[in-house]
Amino acid sequence: MKPSPFQYHVPLTVDDAVTILNNVAPDDGHILAGGQSLVPTMAYRMANPAHLVDINRVAGVDSVGVDNGHLSIGCLVRHAAFETPVIDGPIGDLLPKVCHHIAHYPIRRRGTFCGSLAHADPASEWCLVATTLNAIIELRSVRGTRMVAADDFFEGMMSTARAENEMLVSVRLPLMKETERFGFFEFSRRAGDFGLTMVLAVYELAGGSIVNPRIGLGGVEDRPSRNAAAEQILAGSAPSDAVFVAAAEAASASVEPMEDIHAPASYRRHLVKAGVLSALRQTVQ
Amino acid sequence: MSESLVDISLTINETEYRVSVEPRYTLADVIRHQCGLTGTHLGCEHGVCGTCNVLVDGEPVRACLMFAIQAQGAKIRTVEGLSQGDTLHALQQAFMDHHALQCGFCTPGFLMLLTGALETNPDLTDAELRDVLSSNLCRCTGYQNIILAARAGADRMKQLTSPMPETATLRPADA
Amino acid sequence: MAKFDPDVSVIGQSVARLEDPPLVRGQGRFAADVSFPGQLHMRIVRSSMPHGRIVSIDTTATLQMPGVVAVWTVADIADIPPIGFRDTRVEQLEPYRQPVLADGVVRYVGEPVAAVFADDAYRAEDAADAVIVEFEEWPSIMTADVTAEFSPGHSTEAMVVKQGYGDIEAAFGAAYAVVELDLSVGRHSGVPLETRGAIARHDAVNDIIELHGAAKVPHRNREQLARMLDRPLSSIHLFEGHVGGGFGVRGELYPEDVLVCLASLRLGQPVKWIEDRREHLIATNHSRQQRHRIKAAVDRGGQILGLDDVFFHDQGAYVRTHGARVLEMVSGMLPGPYRIPAYRIAGHYRLTNKTPCATYRSPGRYEGTFVRERMMDAVASRLGLDRVEVRRRNLISQSEMPYERDLQALGDDVIYDSGDYAGLLDRALDRIGWPALLRQVEQRRHNGELVGLGLSMFVEKSGLGPKDGVFISVDPQGDIEVVTGGASLGQGFETVIAQICAGTLGCDYRRIRVIHGQTNRIANGIGAHATRATVMTGSATQVAAWKLRDRALDAAAELLQADRADLTIADGEVRHKNQRLSPCVALGDISAWISAHPSGTDAPGGLNAEGWFHTEHMNYPYGVHIALVKVDPSTFAVKVERYLIAYDVGRAVNPMMVEGQLVGGLAQGLGGALFEEFLYDDRGEPLSVTFADYLIPTLHEIPAVEVLLTEDAPSPKNPLGIKGAGEGGVNGAGAAIASAIDDAIQCSGAVTALPVTPARLMVLMAAAPKNPAAKDRSLSVADH
Repeated sequence: MKPSPFQYHVPLTVDDAVTILNNVAPDDGHILAGGQSLVPTMAYRMANPAHLVDINRVAGVDSVGVDNGHLSIGCLVRHAAFETPVIDGPIGDLLPKVCHHIAHYPIRRRGTFCGSLAHADPASEWCLVATTLNAIIELRSVRGTRMVAADDFFEGMMSTARAENEMLVSVRLPLMKETERFGFFEFSRRAGDFGLTMVLAVYELAGGSIVNPRIGLGGVEDRPSRNAAAEQILAGSAPSDAVFVAAAEAASASVEPMEDIHAPASYRRHLVKAGVLSALRQTVQ
Repeated sequence: MSESLVDISLTINETEYRVSVEPRYTLADVIRHQCGLTGTHLGCEHGVCGTCNVLVDGEPVRACLMFAIQAQGAKIRTVEGLSQGDTLHALQQAFMDHHALQCGFCTPGFLMLLTGALETNPDLTDAELRDVLSSNLCRCTGYQNIILAARAGADRMKQLTSPMPETATLRPADA
Repeated sequence: MAKFDPDVSVIGQSVARLEDPPLVRGQGRFAADVSFPGQLHMRIVRSSMPHGRIVSIDTTATLQMPGVVAVWTVADIADIPPIGFRDTRVEQLEPYRQPVLADGVVRYVGEPVAAVFADDAYRAEDAADAVIVEFEEWPSIMTADVTAEFSPGHSTEAMVVKQGYGDIEAAFGAAYAVVELDLSVGRHSGVPLETRGAIARHDAVNDIIELHGAAKVPHRNREQLARMLDRPLSSIHLFEGHVGGGFGVRGELYPEDVLVCLASLRLGQPVKWIEDRREHLIATNHSRQQRHRIKAAVDRGGQILGLDDVFFHDQGAYVRTHGARVLEMVSGMLPGPYRIPAYRIAGHYRLTNKTPCATYRSPGRYEGTFVRERMMDAVASRLGLDRVEVRRRNLISQSEMPYERDLQALGDDVIYDSGDYAGLLDRALDRIGWPALLRQVEQRRHNGELVGLGLSMFVEKSGLGPKDGVFISVDPQGDIEVVTGGASLGQGFETVIAQICAGTLGCDYRRIRVIHGQTNRIANGIGAHATRATVMTGSATQVAAWKLRDRALDAAAELLQADRADLTIADGEVRHKNQRLSPCVALGDISAWISAHPSGTDAPGGLNAEGWFHTEHMNYPYGVHIALVKVDPSTFAVKVERYLIAYDVGRAVNPMMVEGQLVGGLAQGLGGALFEEFLYDDRGEPLSVTFADYLIPTLHEIPAVEVLLTEDAPSPKNPLGIKGAGEGGVNGAGAAIASAIDDAIQCSGAVTALPVTPARLMVLMAAAPKNPAAKDRSLSVADH
């Protein structure tokens, strides 16, 4: 389980990183950030990149800031940064709750938020957060910068809209209003394992009714997704257990779950129901 | 041997090692085979078991998921650097006192994990300590004695750094 | 916690382990830590095909790669026979032995096809990847439910192991009821955290091959290697360093061990092989996978009249070093602590296209206990009796000891040497507060929780004979060396042997150096397997220490001009029993004196003694496991809330370490009950090849375990009364968890297969007829 040979590049600026990536991408060149997903696949020789562009020494991309109503997360911000609230308000509370489920302590010191998005594992917590909260993903190449909505970014199992010569330089999460409520559910076989199903439920409460409900599902299908069936039931209703149950059942009925050795589709379908219900119930606790 | 070798310098336990590496050599392999510090073990080489944990700039990381070439300029600490001469680190002593090891293969990884976590936050609660400890696998002990040892070691580390709060940054091994 | 009181015998004290200081300092010497100058690294090219013919192996590209020294296929080692059986020669099984490198046919994914030797582990892996093997795919057999042709003239059913006694037909004829079950145990294994490793070098000066990284049974592997390589026994030596967990799977003789030895000889350079984790999960022995169809004949009161079991053992692709031992242990030990007047069992030993199986901690008993205890629960349910009461009615009583069954296990007649099974059951129930716990569970169930209690009882075995010997010597400085043929797998062997030696002799256990796993130090050795080490090597140590003590006293009487009867040994000195009288003489000085004045028939070299221990039969520790579990109705995850292991070890040399063995074993037992499983797809592709797929429990999944360690039934088979402790933690775990889950979901007999994964439990609960969880409780129970 020794990785295949590769050429190593260590840019110090984003511009250099993007330039190098542009040169090596056609020759199977990849960005190396935290490495907590990439290096294991290299150990199994399922990934054999010819070039690695190590961005760990790139300056000025390791901070979280607030920018125009968004939480802006640079590409070297590690998971551990979110173990405690980075900001006051609902999103500040939400991120630690999710972060706690990401792998284990040492992995969280090294792995990055943006790296998780680029890797696009369907069971990634941050991918679910990005999708549910309508994150905007900043991609940079030698040709410039483009912003991609999370919904358009995730294209399938470990597949994204990022072109091979583009670097994911930051992600912007819209700040949540004080009136927004959330609940998060994840189930994995062992603590720290990839979730077999994750649910992030977010909505606003206006005049006693649910407004702008977002029910995000992760680990269920080949990419994180919002569940329209559940959201439809929730929108405009007053929060109640009956509504939550109906939303959970609708979500469960509408998904086409993956199968793997830990969970047949039927079990994931069940977990979607249990998870949506659990996440929604948390919003009224 | 290989035209792709790069000369690098690693600082491990405050000693500088000059080694020639291929970029693909993991930090764990270089620590073990080129620096001769075989106390860092490899149990899975894909980041799950934690036997290869070392401290890089104070943080416990999986040395199998980092390339040695990435660790230039960092302060690396391994299990060999825990004790001060004949004086064992509080955690090493606690692991012995509480029979927290059997085969001992996972032990260095647990010790470095705990050292890093407790130096960062000496006040870890039992629940937080359990969460940190769940990062590593042990196949012999069933973990119960590891929990006891971790608690005892954590308490002892705090004792060694108190009573003066301003000396809280003093490493217990130095005390 | 470790403590040492020097004023009482060290035997029986929870003293700190001698093994620990180098291990906590990172100074261990595990297999991968062993390196020799100029060594080559071996990398195995493994079959990617579950079953098929090798059409061609192209090594052209590989041989041109940098650093590559050689590539071997079966043609290069045509003179080396397949790997044989360690203890018993079973002619019937010989066609199923594994060749060192695949011989034209591959039978599982992971089978060694070629070996690459290069100057560096990275480059060896590059080179191995460049070997091109073309296969012709054959259909795979992925279940032991069917048979097919293994090779011309040989069925995949290699043999049927049969045992039994009593009139089984009459028992079923007289039955008030017959209870039938179809039960399965999944494929899981030891999976130590250190993968295997083997480093060989040829000492050309003495023409000796050294194999480092040995474990478990170095002496036996040495004999096998000598046979396979057709070399004199004295020209091969094995060396055990630290061993990162054994659990039965490590230290067997595998193809890689043979290859490094041969390569060191033929390539003229030391050769190192370190298994990686993916290889480990497909190449190192698997275990456990069986399906049992069992029937019990019972009377109206729940007494079992007869037990009739047919089981199917999914062996995987080859028969490895154990021959048919797992099946023998299932068949010989399945009746457990119960009387069972008539018994018949037939084990179908079947080959499939999976990784070969062999022993894993409590082999045959984890499986057998699951089956037997499921049956006890089923009998209770069928007759409307209490689960505990049914067990009690069938237990062999203390007055029946020694209890002989007309069965064999490990080639030994099964004769339970001592035990008070009912007594331990009572103590276990008392310790956990069974009646109160039943009420609590009832109350919580009433409140909507899915909680349940389960129990299992079992008999273990330990101390397999026939003999073991050790050599103790005292150096002039007073340090003591105990040379054993034992092995250390991390279980605390050195400390236990030192305690027995020190306690017998009268010295500080910390001044004793215990040698193990070095075939050049002692001609014989049993290693460490089948929970033998403390019983056999420990008893031999005691015999040797007695002799040494006698010699020391004889010599001291002469030196001190004292009456021998007035002398004793304490703190490593011979003194007058009345301590006020001096002088005294240190053991080291006695040794120096003997060296200088060799007297009588003493062996040369100072104060020393050899001791042997012989036993005809194994001894039988026993235990009770009790589990309290909670099923999450929304995820079907099982949480183990409480767990009690009650275990009678006869005599505990170091109770702290015995408890460590029990708790550690339990973690593995829970793994097999709830998490761990080697899965394959229909074609035979292994699916559990990472630690994200083969799920070893973390700390979060293991409860705080309560241990009730008793010494009520010392073994009459050895002077200290010791029984083994290595396997009592794992044995009853699958059974107790199954029983508790049944109780939690209020559906007796629901669990018929291990592991009970959440996905499987969902199906069980949906199918359960009258359980309260059959309706969708996820919609009515509070969030977890």
